[in-house]
Amino acid sequence: MVLVYIDQADQQIKKSSLEAMSYGAALAKQLGCDVAALVLGTVQDNLADLGKSGAQKVYHLKNETLNSLDVKLHSTLISHAAKNVNATVVVFANNINGKAIAPAVSVKLEAGLVTGASSLPNTENGFVVTKTVFSGKAFASIQIETPIKVIAINQNSFGVVAYDSTATVEEINIPIPAASIKITKLEKVEGEIPLTEASLVVSGGRGLKGPENWGILLDLAKSLGAATACSRPVSDTDWRPHHEHVGQTGIQIAPNLYIAIGISGAIQHLAGVNRSKTIVVINKDPEAPFFKAADYGVVGDAFEVVPALTSAILKMKSTA
Amino acid sequence: MKILVCISKTPDTTAKIAFTEGNTKFDENGVQWIINPFDEWYALVKAIELKEKDPSAIIHLVTVGTADAEPIIRKALALGGDEAIRINSNSNDSFYVAKQIATIAKEGSYDIIFTGKETIDYNSASIGSMLSAILDLPLVSLANQLDLNGNTATVRREIEGGEETCEVHLPVVISCQKGMAEQRIPNMRGIMAARSKPLKVLEPIEASATTSIKKFDIPVAKSGVKLVDPANMDELVRLLKEEAKVI
Repeated sequence: MVLVYIDQADQQIKKSSLEAMSYGAALAKQLGCDVAALVLGTVQDNLADLGKSGAQKVYHLKNETLNSLDVKLHSTLISHAAKNVNATVVVFANNINGKAIAPAVSVKLEAGLVTGASSLPNTENGFVVTKTVFSGKAFASIQIETPIKVIAINQNSFGVVAYDSTATVEEINIPIPAASIKITKLEKVEGEIPLTEASLVVSGGRGLKGPENWGILLDLAKSLGAATACSRPVSDTDWRPHHEHVGQTGIQIAPNLYIAIGISGAIQHLAGVNRSKTIVVINKDPEAPFFKAADYGVVGDAFEVVPALTSAILKMKSTA
Repeated sequence: MKILVCISKTPDTTAKIAFTEGNTKFDENGVQWIINPFDEWYALVKAIELKEKDPSAIIHLVTVGTADAEPIIRKALALGGDEAIRINSNSNDSFYVAKQIATIAKEGSYDIIFTGKETIDYNSASIGSMLSAILDLPLVSLANQLDLNGNTATVRREIEGGEETCEVHLPVVISCQKGMAEQRIPNMRGIMAARSKPLKVLEPIEASATTSIKKFDIPVAKSGVKLVDPANMDELVRLLKEEAKVI
């Protein structure tokens, strides 16, 4: 069986987990086996709806102490559940939680692990999973040598596939060990779309000249319903908060659309965004290296181009 | 207090990524090697900060690598660290590497084991989590702040869409990222001192690899940028909607 771990934030199932679900369903079909979802904690979503992303069955360990990440606890419970259902492959979304839990689960199941997988494995001759390496500058094909496999699939690399079915939900009972950490404070960034979950991202660099000029970027993001990001120099000088820094030493993202404004495109920045499906670069310097990595480019003054783009988007939305 | 910092050798962030031997091996020709930035800037410097507050603290560095990793270990020792251990293996299987480090960790009974959040070459982000499972210790991943109060660590970590502060009892495994500490540059005294600090070389314990790399590929380059007239943003919107189909 392929078992897919369904992850949540604020009791909402994450989009990346639905992608993992569809990946798991496609993998199960390829291997000719069943596929089930595993949900820990309490969620507001209707779990039977996981069938729409490919689950045949949902195992649910309903206990609200499991709503926030405790890697020791979660990895113990997931491995336990995986053994109970004889899972041969356990799939995670390669998001913040999945990245933290999957390696511990692989140890507990004595399973070979590939995190950052970018496509379905090749199972013609063994079990070979392709993953991104060198921060997206290359792919590696990794053979997993163990009978049980653990895979964490990159966000936004395998879309959610719509199935016309509902899953059967079974509540399970596994003894829950004591928590290993105690959460004392939670600071949510209110009203913002988490960068790693966003399908549209608008990002600014030093070309915007100062934090007071971010309004035009925020307006553009708002018109699109996009998350906002920035380059390293911008976060280093505290123009924008650290959690917006995308790049090799910041967050790596792979949205459908990445709009870079006033970012030259240093190799370290590209490493954080080069898996984006479509890249738009707005820069007044036609020699900016970012244009080489872009799908669409606008050579012009951001202070004129960005508000014009926002107006054009609003116009398109009002007539759509 | 005893701290173990896991160090990995990675190509410089600007290194050209190419492969040899039928795309099965990373081409090391002309590559500059550095300490994995997350290990150096955040994990190691945080350990040094803790030692500055508590001079009785002992910092050990561990790396799994062949002799060519020694320059980066000496650099790490120049930044801080009391002694280093190199396990003589060039494996790039995370489980195998974690097993080696876990053996050192068990023998040394460390209070804190620091890793970087991931390496910039294989990006697996797996060693910290694997260590926590092998050693049966709690893990705090993506930590960006840490305060110690006796046997309790208060750690702030990144979660989806925000940050969370948690308390955890030592011993603990912590993976570090931006915010945890500020990058430092080794000074001359540190560089001189590093020359005489102990660097133990151990042979790996027996452990089986769970994965192997079959081949590498370089992504297909973009076909070329399509330039749009800055005075015609309606055209850009049309392209994004009708051609790229992303909005």
